[in-house]
Amino acid sequence: MTAAAGERFGDRIFRLSLAAAAGLILLAALALAVQLSWASRATWAQFGPAFLWGRTWDPVAGSFGALPFLYGTAVTSALALLIAVPLGVGSAVFLTELAPRRLADLLGFAIELLAAVPSVILGLMGVFILVPAVRAVEPELTRTLGFLPFFRGAPYGVGFLAAGLILALMILPYITTVAREVLRTVPPPLKEGMYALGATRWEVVRGVSLPYARSGIFGACFLALGRALGETMAVTMVIGNAPDISASLFAPGYSMAAVIANELAEAAGDAHLSALIAIGLALLAVTVVINGLARLMIYRLERRA
Amino acid sequence: MNASVYARRRRVNALMLAATAACAAVSAGVLLGILGYIAWKGASSLSWSFLTELPKPVGETGGGIANSILGSVKVVGLAGLMGIPVGVASGVYLAEYGRTGRFAFCVRYAADVMNGVPSIVIGLFAYALVVMPMKRFSALSGSVALALIMIPIILRNTEEFVRLVPGTIREAALALGVPRWKVAAFVVLPTAGRGIATGALLALSRAAGETAPLIFTAFGNRYWDQGLLGPIATLPHTLYNYAISPYADWHQQAWAAALILMAFMLAVNVAARVWLRPPSTGAL
Repeated sequence: MTAAAGERFGDRIFRLSLAAAAGLILLAALALAVQLSWASRATWAQFGPAFLWGRTWDPVAGSFGALPFLYGTAVTSALALLIAVPLGVGSAVFLTELAPRRLADLLGFAIELLAAVPSVILGLMGVFILVPAVRAVEPELTRTLGFLPFFRGAPYGVGFLAAGLILALMILPYITTVAREVLRTVPPPLKEGMYALGATRWEVVRGVSLPYARSGIFGACFLALGRALGETMAVTMVIGNAPDISASLFAPGYSMAAVIANELAEAAGDAHLSALIAIGLALLAVTVVINGLARLMIYRLERRA
Repeated sequence: MNASVYARRRRVNALMLAATAACAAVSAGVLLGILGYIAWKGASSLSWSFLTELPKPVGETGGGIANSILGSVKVVGLAGLMGIPVGVASGVYLAEYGRTGRFAFCVRYAADVMNGVPSIVIGLFAYALVVMPMKRFSALSGSVALALIMIPIILRNTEEFVRLVPGTIREAALALGVPRWKVAAFVVLPTAGRGIATGALLALSRAAGETAPLIFTAFGNRYWDQGLLGPIATLPHTLYNYAISPYADWHQQAWAAALILMAFMLAVNVAARVWLRPPSTGAL
């Protein structure tokens, strides 16, 4: 049908101009990768891949290693998933299996709205509410869980723990919304069969719904992970902005996105700029891989449904 | 024995279901908490002069954020002028001409990839693309970044809504001898118009809340902007600067700015919801 011999002139112009617009996004995606690689070439030439596991970040001395940022991003994202996945999947189960239709719509909308709250506003809440709260709770955690290395150290308030908590809030709506969509695809006959055998609601959820939706829920978690890795403002405001690696969740740290946000506008020279863009390139690579995996898992479930 | 097993199963059932209800309550409660707190903190420092005046010099109390509000309107507006036509056109292309085929697959894939790219990385791209060659921070570079964030959202949304237009409508028009492009532009597009417009509005509101890509593109400004090729203040960015500042007066202003931003986001999202229920969850 396309490119048919008899295609009218107007049709052809119209189709081609639409295709040009569509090509623009393809071009932008390619240009993004190329631009960032090119703009960070000095860093890769000087440090090579060792840039990624270098431990010191000292722009003044011209020594650049990205490990503290990779570590901070990984720790805060993992913490966020640890908190948000049970909460999100739990909410999704409640919304699909239990809540009356109207209540489910209302709660679902409220949770989706959480995704619309700008990151900087969550950061503001983080600075003035979450950080003082975390600072107040930290000595208590040290007293009860202090035998673990994660819960030791001075209670600054700002640090990995605060950043992980605020990230959890930011990815919660994504997990809930996708998990809810996926749980809706569970065929009712499967559930009815189990009810007919005398199962309780929870047993049906555990025995049928969750296993059936498993790959989609994993997909949701990966999608959320992709968001968490690149989340900038709220994390920047509460993570403490210190390029250190420490086992304690109370310690201030740094993340990949945060260092770009903080230092790029006033980068101290070309080497610094190039190193920051190199971190951006690494962040791009990680999020593309994670998102690719997430799509794969969700596509797989959709094909089965 | 049997009775006790049954009782235990019922207890587990009740317990777990209550736990899921608690999860949902916590999730929704967080939103209400945020909205309530911002309304409470923000309302106390909101005033007419806050909306209409320029910021006062550092150290003086008072002043407003009028330049940031106007700046946000300009930057987001320009982003919309660039992003909406491209997003809608490519969405229509995918739905009308690109249901199958290699090119369409690549475009769809690129849109999904771009949608998942962190906004700060998009900002870096705009920085390398616009700021570095021009050697100056500018409203234009901020708009380019925001447009790149909007396009994939609008594209997927438009495609979804154009696909919902029944084939019979197209066939009816084609049977009357209407050229295919006129069918797409004057029959299909208006039919899907409401959904497309809502999607574009949601994308605009998402862009209006972005801060990360603007820090090193639009850069911020404590005065009125000097046109689109100079640095410009935006509402979320000013909010950020005030929030991390050491001045109590600026903290107060940050809450007021948060109230304005949040009220805008809320209005757009609720309006979109009321005006039209999306076919699926959209932006994911």
